[in-house]
Parts: sequence; C-alpha cells; structure tokens
Amino acid sequence: MSNLALVAVAAGMIIALGALGACIGIGIMSGRYLEGAARQPELIPKLRSEMFLLAGLIDAPFIIGVGLAMLFVFGGLFGA
Amino acid sequence: MASSSAPTPGEYIVHHLGHFNNTLHAQKDIVDFSIVNIDSLFYSIVLAALAGWLMLKAAKSIEAGKAPGRFVGAVESIVEFVHELARSIVHGDVSKIAPLALVSFVWIFLMNAMDLLPVDLLPGLGKLVGIEYMRVVPTADLNVPLAMSLVVLLTSIYYGIKIKSPGGFTKEIFVAPFGTSSNPVFAILLGIINFLMQMIEYVSKTVSLGLRLFGNMYAGELIFMLIALLGGAFAFSAAGFALGAGHFIAGLAWAIFHILIVTLQAFIFMMLTLVYIGQAHDAH
Repeated sequence: MSNLALVAVAAGMIIALGALGACIGIGIMSGRYLEGAARQPELIPKLRSEMFLLAGLIDAPFIIGVGLAMLFVFGGLFGA
Repeated sequence: MASSSAPTPGEYIVHHLGHFNNTLHAQKDIVDFSIVNIDSLFYSIVLAALAGWLMLKAAKSIEAGKAPGRFVGAVESIVEFVHELARSIVHGDVSKIAPLALVSFVWIFLMNAMDLLPVDLLPGLGKLVGIEYMRVVPTADLNVPLAMSLVVLLTSIYYGIKIKSPGGFTKEIFVAPFGTSSNPVFAILLGIINFLMQMIEYVSKTVSLGLRLFGNMYAGELIFMLIALLGGAFAFSAAGFALGAGHFIAGLAWAIFHILIVTLQAFIFMMLTLVYIGQAHDAH
C-alpha cells in the first residue's frame, strides 16, 4: 500500500474507534440520565444541563480525533 | 467558483483550509513560528471588538427605574448566569474571574458562530479584492484555541501562587496527589511521582481544553465544506436536482445541529476555565 492509502486507513480507524468509545460513553450516560429523570422528575432541569456539559466532555476525545484525522487527510502533511 | 478550470473536490477542500498569512502561501510545516495567520487575527480582533461594543452598549443603556429592553435583558441574564456559575465553582473572590469567564463565553460564541456563515461568502468576497486564501472561523485555527487555553493555564498558575503563596504552591506540586512520607527516601520518591503527575495534569488540561474547541470547530467547518461540494457538483455537472436538494437538506440539518455545538463548546470552554481556576483556589 502507498503512504496515502495508509493515511486513509489510519484516519478511518481514528474516527471509527473514537466513535465506538464515545457512543458507548454517551449511551451509558443517557441511560443513567433517563433513569435518574424517571426516579426524580423534579431534578430534570438540573440534570439536563449537567448532561449536556458531560456529553460535550465525552465527545471531546472523539472530536479531537476527528479533527486530527481530517488534518491528516486534507492537511497535506503526508504528501497529498 | 466560475473559473475556467473547475477545482477537484480535494483541491477545493485544501484550498479552503489555507490561511491568509504573511507569506501568502499555504503553510508547509506543522510548526512554523515565522508565519502569522492574518485572517484569524483579523476576525478574532473584530469579533472581540464587537463583543465589547455590544456589552458596553447594554451597560450604557441601563437606566435606573426603567424596565430593561429585550437586548439589555438578554445581556443581563448572560452576565448573571456566568456570575452565578463562577460563584458556585470558584471559592474565593470572583470579581476578576467572572468577567474572564464572560469574555471567554461571549467571544468564543461569536467566533464559533462565524461557522454558520456560508463557507464561500467571505472567502469569495476576499477573492474579489485579491486575497487568495481565507478562513473565517478563528477557533478552527489551532493557534487560537491553544493560545486561549495557555492563557487559562497561566491564569490558574497565577491564582495558585496568589492564593497559596509561592511556598504553598511549590509544596503542592510535590505533595499532591499522593501525599508525602516521613521517611526521606519515600518522600523524595513520592515527590518525583507527584511532580510528574502534576505536570501531566497541567499539560493534558491545557492541551485538551484547546484541542476540544479546535476539533469541534475544524470538523464542523470541514463538514460544511463537504456539504458545499454537493452544491458545487450540482452547479458544475448539472448531474441532477438531487445533489442540489441534498446540499440544501444536509446544510440545513448540519447548521441547525451546529447551533447546539457552537453554544455548547463556548459554554464548555467557559465552564472548564472556571473549573481549572477553581482548582487553583482549593487546597488538596
């Protein structure tokens, strides 16, 4: 395989593995949020804002990975 | 875009990822400190001035004994919201920290919101006046978010030294998080481990704070470009109405989703600024 093809494979793996982890994390957290909301509906406004913040934090490594993968693919660092 | 030689999709993307810098060419190396990205500087300074002007306008139009208008009310609620957050996170004097958080929120929000402008609008206008490369989202330029997270790092170190005195701050670097021991050998060993852990913590906090914002905005910008390519392909090849419709639908959906990301990332940056500065206030 040429270097460029390896870059494409690497970018795909960065995005795929990052998405895997982020999705599991978001899934667990949203499930817990729903459980908490069903148990104590009066806490929903507070829980919702916390959940959005945590969703952003869980997403971060994945998004960082996507950004870097895009940089590798389109940035021309490895000779496009 | 109506040039005689239509760019390929790859060329289009690469061209749109080039900065208007002082060399007038796209950056070759990953790290090159001799290059200044004039477009990022220009847009971030203009937006900072805009944010300051809006806030000043709201502050000046407040009159005692009169119900505030919509604009003043909105600014007031943002200021109050940030102040409340700052007071609940930072245990100490927030008279300078809350404004810092407010600036980071409003400024980053405005810079992120540049993403919602059509991707070819400002670069196209720039091309008319002879500017070949231009990127309009300052936070999608790695330098800007990293510079901001460096400022947060320096601020948290400043407050750490100010609250705990230089001696206390230095001591904390060597005794937190694992504590120390009365046995001198173990004390030195634990000191080294604690120091390494603290350094890793500082570096990872700073890098992740900057890269989180950068990654979100960069990926968002790139997806807008890819969506724009749909419309571009429609215009060039007239391959069918479907591509144009796809451009519209995908662009609309992504723009609506991006409103959430723009606000959320500005909020998270502000929140983490407060958390990191708050950590500097708390003794371990």
